[in-house]
Amino acid sequence: MKAKIGILTIVAIVLIAIFMSIDASGNWDYVLPRRLKKILAIVLTGAIIAFSTLVFQTITNNRILTPSIIGLDSLYMFIQTFVIFIFGSTHMTLMNKNVNFLISAGLMVLFAGLLYKWLFKREGQNIYFLLLIGLIFGTLFNSLSTFMQVLIDPNEFQVVQDKMFASFNNVNTDLLVISFVLVIAVAVYFWRYMKYLDVLALGRDQAINLGVPYDFVVKRFLIIIAILVSIATALVGPITFLGLLVVNLAHQVMKTYQHKYLIVGSVLISIVSLVGGLLIVERVFTFSTTLSVIVNFIGGVYFIYLLLKENKSW
Amino acid sequence: MVEIRNVSKQYGSKNVVENVSLTIAKGKITSFIGPNGAGKSTLLSMISRLLSKDQGEILLEGKEIGQCKSNDLAKKISILKQTNHITVRLTIRELVSFGRFPYSQGNLDEEDWRYVDEAIRYLELEDIQHKYLDQLSGGQRQRAYIAMVVAQNTEYILLDEPLNNLDMKHSVQIMKVLRRLVDEMGKTVVIVIHDINFASCYSDYIVALKDGKVVKEGTTEDIISAQTLKDVYDMDIQIQNIDQNKICVYFA
Repeated sequence: MKAKIGILTIVAIVLIAIFMSIDASGNWDYVLPRRLKKILAIVLTGAIIAFSTLVFQTITNNRILTPSIIGLDSLYMFIQTFVIFIFGSTHMTLMNKNVNFLISAGLMVLFAGLLYKWLFKREGQNIYFLLLIGLIFGTLFNSLSTFMQVLIDPNEFQVVQDKMFASFNNVNTDLLVISFVLVIAVAVYFWRYMKYLDVLALGRDQAINLGVPYDFVVKRFLIIIAILVSIATALVGPITFLGLLVVNLAHQVMKTYQHKYLIVGSVLISIVSLVGGLLIVERVFTFSTTLSVIVNFIGGVYFIYLLLKENKSW
Repeated sequence: MVEIRNVSKQYGSKNVVENVSLTIAKGKITSFIGPNGAGKSTLLSMISRLLSKDQGEILLEGKEIGQCKSNDLAKKISILKQTNHITVRLTIRELVSFGRFPYSQGNLDEEDWRYVDEAIRYLELEDIQHKYLDQLSGGQRQRAYIAMVVAQNTEYILLDEPLNNLDMKHSVQIMKVLRRLVDEMGKTVVIVIHDINFASCYSDYIVALKDGKVVKEGTTEDIISAQTLKDVYDMDIQIQNIDQNKICVYFA
């Protein structure tokens, strides 16, 4: 286990080193700070996406779901479109990215909390019902966003479109500081609930039997996921397949049920695939395609493979 | 001692469990019997806090279970449901080690592992303890889950249809293990069971439920009678004494 993590760490470091130094041609003062910001954003996003998907799959006991299913990134797009629709693209909240970010993240957490609270007030509602409702809300937010997008001025639409696709070329580096602060705060908060993840993977009944305060803990995890997804979406845009891909790869590589290894493994795989993918996009395809296209393509193929495999095992 | 006082549960407008009051004696095997939909499993789930109750009280040694901390309860009472679909791939030993979670919070010390080893030995799983659960037969898997509950070392052990889908040999094996848990280790076992002959041969007390109500409760001797069984199952069931066991003949 430790050897696998070691190898992954080395691969990740090597790839980052290549990314930082390739084609620098001596202009270190110019190249390094720019690339450093970019790589920090990539590492942060990769880690967040892997982690939040892993936790989400564990609490739902389902290996083909990602947090996007409860409509979190649709909500983010809806908020962005809504602000532009009402105030125009030059408005304060859009200009000040930190304010915009905090409002969006706050609303997303509120949404996840309300969804949970409303559903779990009555008993016997299982987590799949929550997912179904989330799915419907996600579609609603998508449709509302599209509706507003066709009404607004084409120039304004450009601003929206910019946020619609995951891109590491215009990473929101202004948000890096606040993102790092939030991620560290979330990590500290998460630490004391970490031990419950292994048991939650056994399902609700076993978790309760073993003394996990189930509703309380699952709610905390959903809030953590909501904060993390909003950070990742704000930094680079919706990039959902990546989580599915790396978490399942982590399960296959690590072959363990212990989340302390799964978390580290999936975060490292995520960083490796993002940095590696970005190198391919920038150096092999010379920007003729985007990373999200590649991620979604590979992710889609892998998703079909997963479906076929699950289908067979029944 | 578990005291159940006027407990009710509704699903929608249907009363699944209606005003049930019971006392479960310590150090005995108590079986819940009754037709499908009688509310046996629901009652068991409420005792083990998997389901909340709509009315009434359930007292564990004088304390309402809703007031207890979940982790403290996990050291006193354990439940095994009939379907245990686990998406993670675990070996028997790993599964059994989960039984120590209430004590160790995931960091098992030597004592915890001793309990794990003992539970594996108790269920005679030593030879296959490193096999994965999906490689096991139904009987072995059921024993692995029971080993986990044994490792949890709770005074009260609740089992929802532990013999579900098992053949005669494995059923007898599991019932003997439960009997030993009670006789040798002083545990209190409560099971939901469909096979009334197993209930008759292995339990000390029987609670007969029908339509969410207790029809009759008492010692095995009292309950296994043609009249009571007719009240519960609406069937004429003959009872034969074979080697001091009361055997119900209901096949023809």
